[in-house]
Amino acid sequence: MTILEPIDAYPTQRIAGYPVRAGRSLPFGATRVPGGVNFSVYSNHATSVTLVLYREGEPEPMAELPFPESFRVGSVYAMTVFGLDVERLEYGYRVDGPRRPWEGHRFDPDLVLSDPYARMLTGHGPYRHRSRVTLDDFDWEDDRPPHLPHEDLVIYELHVRGFTRHDSSGVAAPGTYAGLVEKIPYLLELGVNCVELMPVFEFDETDNVFTGVNYWGYSPIGFFSPKASYAATGRDHMQVDEFKHMVKELHRAGIEVLLDVVFNHTAEGDERGPAISFKGLDNATYYMLTPDGHYYNFSGTGNTLNCNHPVVRGFVLDCLRYWAAECHVDGFRFDLAAILGRGSDGELLHNPPLLESLAYDPILRDRKLIAEAWDAAGLYQVGSFPHYSRWSEWNGRYRDTVRRYVKGDIGVTGELATRMVGSPDMYSRRGAAATVNFVTSHDGFTLRDLVSYDHKHNEGNGEGNRDGDDANNSWNCGHEGVTDDPAVLALRARQQRNALLLLLASRGVPMLLAGDELGRTQLGNNNAYCHDGPVTWLDWGLREENADLFRFTRHAIAFRRAHPVLRGGSPGSVHWHGVSAWSPDWSAHSRVLAALFDGGGNDCVYVAANSHWESHTLELPPAPRGQAWHLFADTAAAPPMDAFEPGSEPPLANQSQLSIGPRSVAILVTH
Amino acid sequence: MRLRKELRGGVTVISLDGQLDSETSPQVQQDLRALLPEDGLVVLDLSRTLYMSSAGLRVLLLVYRQAQHGTVRLALTGLSPDVRAIMEATGFLGFFTVVESVEQGVEALTV
Repeated sequence: MTILEPIDAYPTQRIAGYPVRAGRSLPFGATRVPGGVNFSVYSNHATSVTLVLYREGEPEPMAELPFPESFRVGSVYAMTVFGLDVERLEYGYRVDGPRRPWEGHRFDPDLVLSDPYARMLTGHGPYRHRSRVTLDDFDWEDDRPPHLPHEDLVIYELHVRGFTRHDSSGVAAPGTYAGLVEKIPYLLELGVNCVELMPVFEFDETDNVFTGVNYWGYSPIGFFSPKASYAATGRDHMQVDEFKHMVKELHRAGIEVLLDVVFNHTAEGDERGPAISFKGLDNATYYMLTPDGHYYNFSGTGNTLNCNHPVVRGFVLDCLRYWAAECHVDGFRFDLAAILGRGSDGELLHNPPLLESLAYDPILRDRKLIAEAWDAAGLYQVGSFPHYSRWSEWNGRYRDTVRRYVKGDIGVTGELATRMVGSPDMYSRRGAAATVNFVTSHDGFTLRDLVSYDHKHNEGNGEGNRDGDDANNSWNCGHEGVTDDPAVLALRARQQRNALLLLLASRGVPMLLAGDELGRTQLGNNNAYCHDGPVTWLDWGLREENADLFRFTRHAIAFRRAHPVLRGGSPGSVHWHGVSAWSPDWSAHSRVLAALFDGGGNDCVYVAANSHWESHTLELPPAPRGQAWHLFADTAAAPPMDAFEPGSEPPLANQSQLSIGPRSVAILVTH
Repeated sequence: MRLRKELRGGVTVISLDGQLDSETSPQVQQDLRALLPEDGLVVLDLSRTLYMSSAGLRVLLLVYRQAQHGTVRLALTGLSPDVRAIMEATGFLGFFTVVESVEQGVEALTV
């Protein structure tokens, strides 16, 4: 077959010595075309736009190409430049326009701005915000997304760098996408089938006035750019290839990839913050502004992206489509997603167009959409987020209830029951897949710290311990922090198991925080966004030290995956019990909860929880269908008797009674 | 970038001498295609390849695919630690047969 050369692959004029022609308005960004690169950028209020080209690493531009008026279609400036060596090219835009901040316009032609659609940023050094062009071809072979049903997911939230950066990780490329690939066997052994990556969009890791370190990266700069410093090949500008390879390898292992995405604000802050991209391109379009041009701050970080503006909405949609279609990402968790339901003045929209677009988008149809359904301005939408039967939610109420129950609060047993069956008070119409259940996440204590500290210890964050949440529902088990008291340590070990077991026996989608299965500690820091070091990096030496906890977690995950009835089902498949069979005690002082999840056949599970400091004897309902009760897990038992290999559970000696220890959880199964 | 082709005991050895990047890639691709025999065993020797960019990786893969379409069996050798690390992290390494030496390549390809 002969492939005809495109008939427009030649320049029509020269600008600043470069052969160019009028470009194509779509797609936005820098796209390789035959013979050249097509640059397209939007600005509604600009009076002139100039493409600035650099040879990589050079302080001064090699050329500045103003867009002729004839190259503009509407508010889109597009130009094809021929004969560029894209591998050594960096670029940006110089944009002029009104300098009237009170009207929202902050144009500054002295600045060179990064392309919001850039597929790569340089990502380090003095020119870290310069945009780069990628080679976007990638051999996916026959990669297919695992397409796991929502309720079958076991999500594992991790930080790409922190997961393997520690010397003990033993990987060849510590702290990178490639390093994560090397740990796939570990993920498989643990049994999780979905990783949720904390922000991987390009951000500035020095962006923090208190400590000079921003480790988490919830302040995006390049929404289409995988963070270069998370790539072993970032210095050679191959982060896109490396990221795609990571997704491909995770998929090959049957593991889905979710990205934690931040569309509520950017790294540009308020009027005091730097102009990196949006602020200089078209401030009044991209940000929510007060009538006199100040920044609304619903995100708690200085600015708020104007995400329901039609142009910004298109940007968000383009971005998610890119990650889904080009990078094969399986879904997204939206940081402070309640903001995405706000209008230009911050008002709550009845039918937020952005959320609706995402819910009905053809490319995103099978991708998971998970909302952190609150924001920093007090809007709390857990259970009421505009979901279009598509969105799931981080269930903050689940977290709070399990924490309170496990630490021994009175009056939460009834609510725990509701949370364990998928929070039907909030999600009955959507089903259990709508609730992402978790006890810990990156934001707050690790599981070990949750049972080791009554109070946060954030002195190292440089804000006098004022930052971070004070409402942790944590309990130190008798001593604040590090101790060698065996009784305290034994109780902490049990409490961690109690939380894990309840989480993995609850309907909905469980999410684990990476390292909790190994007893990772941040020494009481519950807001470790600003620590890039031993406080936040996973110490793989814990694998040996806490081998029992790892084994316990592995069994609990395998047990969940062996029992569909724990993942969803009709309300009629759950029967409540108490000290007496068939007699749950819903009174406020009750600390005992027992539930029979019966999915028929061998899929029958009895979960008993006791948050009392004394043991109780529970009368067991007879095992259905003439089967016998077997003991899967008992957190009161010493390892390795605390959990058994699913399928090999020993029979219970006394089939009519279960003695449940102080502050413990036990699970039986029929065979 | 210079390409050299020699026959060693029935195996075609092609050495790539210099930088394989966006500037040299188009020519290298053309030259490699011309140098590849119709069939037989080929070892690409990268021990003098000083730098490999993402365009360079793509050329290697394209040539490898071209070889696969015919009856040529192809292996890479002489990967510097840097080049190997890059190819490993980006997944390109997985597509190739990589051998420690030309001699080992002969062995690997004739088995």
